[in-house]
Amino acid sequence: MVSHSLALPMICFTTLWGLVGVVAPFLVPKGPNRGVIVTSLILTAVCCYLFWLVAILAQANPLFGPQLKNETIWYLLYFWE
Amino acid sequence: MVFRSEEMCLAQLFLQSGSEYDCISELGELGLVEFRDLNPSVSSFQRRFVSEIKRCEEMERILGYLLREIQKTRIAVPDEDESPLAPPPRQVLEIMEQLQRLEMELSEVARNKEKLQRNLLELTEYTHMLKITRTFIHSRSRHEALGPQYEEFPTMETDSVTGCTGMQRLGAKLGFVSGLIQRVKVEAFERMLWRVCKGYTILSYAEVDENLTDLDTGEISKSVVFLISFWGDQIGLKVQKICDCYHCHLYPHPENDEERADVLDSLRTRIQDLNNVLHRTEEYLRQVLQKASESAYSWVVQVKKMKAIYHILNLCSFDVTNKCLIAEVWCPVSDLANLRGALEEGARKGDATVPSFVNRIPSTDTPPTLLRTNKFTSGFQSIVEAYGVGDYREVSPAPYTIITFPFLFAVMFGDLGHGIVMSLFALWMVLTEKQQKKKRSSNEIWETFFSGRYIILMMGIFSIYTGLIYNDCFSKSLNIFGSAWSVKAMFTNQQWTNKTLQTNSLLTLDPNVSGVFTGPYPFGIDPIWNLAVNRLSFLNSYKMKMSVVIGVIHMSFGVVLSVFNHLHFRQKFNVYLLFLPELLFLLCLFGYLVFMILYKWLAFGARDSSQAPSILIHFINMFVMQGKDLAPLFPGQTGLQIFLIVIAMLSVPVMLLGKPLYLYWLYRGGKGLRRRRGYERVRRVSEDDTSAAPSYEDEDEEEGLDETPGREPLPKEFDFGDVLLYQSIHTIEFCLGCISNTASYLRLWALSLAHAQLSEVLWGMVMRLGLRITTRVGVVFLVPVFGLFAALTVSILLVMEGLSAFLHALRLHWVEFQNKFYHGTGVKFLPFDFSLLPSVFEQDGLL
Repeated sequence: MVSHSLALPMICFTTLWGLVGVVAPFLVPKGPNRGVIVTSLILTAVCCYLFWLVAILAQANPLFGPQLKNETIWYLLYFWE
Repeated sequence: MVFRSEEMCLAQLFLQSGSEYDCISELGELGLVEFRDLNPSVSSFQRRFVSEIKRCEEMERILGYLLREIQKTRIAVPDEDESPLAPPPRQVLEIMEQLQRLEMELSEVARNKEKLQRNLLELTEYTHMLKITRTFIHSRSRHEALGPQYEEFPTMETDSVTGCTGMQRLGAKLGFVSGLIQRVKVEAFERMLWRVCKGYTILSYAEVDENLTDLDTGEISKSVVFLISFWGDQIGLKVQKICDCYHCHLYPHPENDEERADVLDSLRTRIQDLNNVLHRTEEYLRQVLQKASESAYSWVVQVKKMKAIYHILNLCSFDVTNKCLIAEVWCPVSDLANLRGALEEGARKGDATVPSFVNRIPSTDTPPTLLRTNKFTSGFQSIVEAYGVGDYREVSPAPYTIITFPFLFAVMFGDLGHGIVMSLFALWMVLTEKQQKKKRSSNEIWETFFSGRYIILMMGIFSIYTGLIYNDCFSKSLNIFGSAWSVKAMFTNQQWTNKTLQTNSLLTLDPNVSGVFTGPYPFGIDPIWNLAVNRLSFLNSYKMKMSVVIGVIHMSFGVVLSVFNHLHFRQKFNVYLLFLPELLFLLCLFGYLVFMILYKWLAFGARDSSQAPSILIHFINMFVMQGKDLAPLFPGQTGLQIFLIVIAMLSVPVMLLGKPLYLYWLYRGGKGLRRRRGYERVRRVSEDDTSAAPSYEDEDEEEGLDETPGREPLPKEFDFGDVLLYQSIHTIEFCLGCISNTASYLRLWALSLAHAQLSEVLWGMVMRLGLRITTRVGVVFLVPVFGLFAALTVSILLVMEGLSAFLHALRLHWVEFQNKFYHGTGVKFLPFDFSLLPSVFEQDGLL
């Protein structure tokens, strides 16, 4: 199957949400809503990054594998690989 | 929206007698200030402007009648975009006159119309009666037998047409009574006639084809034409009485056919004439109403504004010496300049010689809370306020709720497909909002959904994101990056053979075998779990831990927000005596739990999966300080745990006793009573001498220095017992609440599990049945199956689950998040604004 690394997604998403949460607030134009928009950006970045991080860390070192039906295994053998 | 409510001040308005109406009108248009009642002891009948209000109500009554008439004739009342201003007092009399004239005219025309209609009804009934009795007479002469019921004196019937010579021989005169009676009463009528007249009458009747409207009740009922033939005067009187009793409409019966034909002709012409007149009357009425409807809307608005202004004027107090009205208002400090401008404008409109002015006065009352919102933030502000309006100048949770509420909803709802449908629905509402606002539907459920359109849009967008992470789209997974689990590796490493596949129906992939697991799926949950039988074992563990992590972080955020309150209200001691022990307690216990979760994820893998410890057992053992038999998670664990427990235990008495003891020490002397604690009074020296202003009572202090802001910091007495009691309740609530609130966040797991399972069941039980049929008929069959699938998805998964997740996310905010820092016992600022006042007619649906 496809081999995934932990490092590459970690770097990608950290920079992505870092841009949203740290850099974008400086780019918001001045106006009456600036405070709300900056707060929203930071909170969005924190929430989404945290959610993605929990998902990937939970799968990084699995303690057990998926239990499949034999028909499913046949199918995967021929169609996914 | 700001992070805390705006600064308010109490101001006095001195309104000159000539221009007070215009000033208040100007203020009503702008909606800047909230008026206070300066005459609370005066009943509403004794106030100054009672007669003006009575006049306004009279005008409203006439307008109500007018609108009802307009609605009856189904003329549309045109809306105007700009609402007209309140009319000056001189114009009021004009409007009043116009309305009264209209009312008189309308009632007269209505009366005439009714008379004409009654007349018409009578004539129509007479016509029917003549036509039908004609058939009776003629049918009788043609057919001997009419039926057994009327077969009393057959020979007599044949004679009746010819002048009843046989009757005259008997010395009795044959008489006829004819008329109409309601269909429902006919049988009873007949029976009564039979019993009373003992068979000396003959009744024949037939139904009228046309449905006639009974003018008294307005019902359309079937009527029956009857003809009673009798002889004898006594019987005649009895018959008359019975007919009266049954409310029959009696009409004279013609003697012979020629007379009948004459009467019919004259009736016909009269009916035609009447119809013409009626038609023209209706046209005239319509014209009058059409003309009135053009200005109806502006009249309604003007009267509403006038009434509101007089109500406000009743709240002011009259100063005899200065001949002006004094009003007291709460005004945001930032709007004081606008207020002055409005008063100047009003004075200019009212042609006053002396201008009205504003005077800011100090006050010890707690001002109302004002948080300015725009159309996007108002939805989130309203769901925070549904719990409680914030105290004056305390931190508002609303700006954070804009993101955290949709996020927590999405964690519970997490489905890509459902999220897309929800977002599209919300997007449609947002893009068509101008038209929807004009429609102003009376359906409350739709209004609720429409006013929350931005909330639903945010919830939908976040649901798309969490749906992608959960890898759940209508209960199916997307395989974007390629799964990390390889089945082939199990074969190449000689773990499985073809024979193993044939003999075992279920096989588990082993991550210990090299090549089977090649790294975590980069975005979300691996798609292979959707095909796995033990899917829930993995997902439950993942979601439960995720819920605890999110919960602890959310609660810590709430505790941190309380620091801003303590600093703003100059209660720095609270930071050390309240915030610090709270945060330490929370983080030492539950922060450590989060740490253990993360550590276990990172440190334990497939190799040592048999020795992977249960976090829950370790956590419980930490509290009871046992567990020497268990293998530690990491070296030094016992030492660290004891340290954390000790800190947490120490922070409880600090929370419990620290603040009361400190306040007691301060009260007793300490470093001198620092008057800068609590909320600072507005101590601005006003322009005028405030001796003319009415004095305010200082609010009584039951406790000493308590936490609620805005109160006087000078205590008359300091009740140690009260403060200690309050603080102990707070400590118990916080400590026990930490545990229960953390567990409460597990609803994030529970609801997302329920949603996923419902979605799977719906797919499996409904859609799959349609897709499994392989014949051509299957295509046709798929259409209703998909319809059912779509209907059930929308009703169960979107509406029901959506409402459920909405409610639980709301509860998490209101209880678990807000009880860490928010009081919510304030009063909302309600400005005097014409646009906020509902019109009586709109509520009745007349406008």
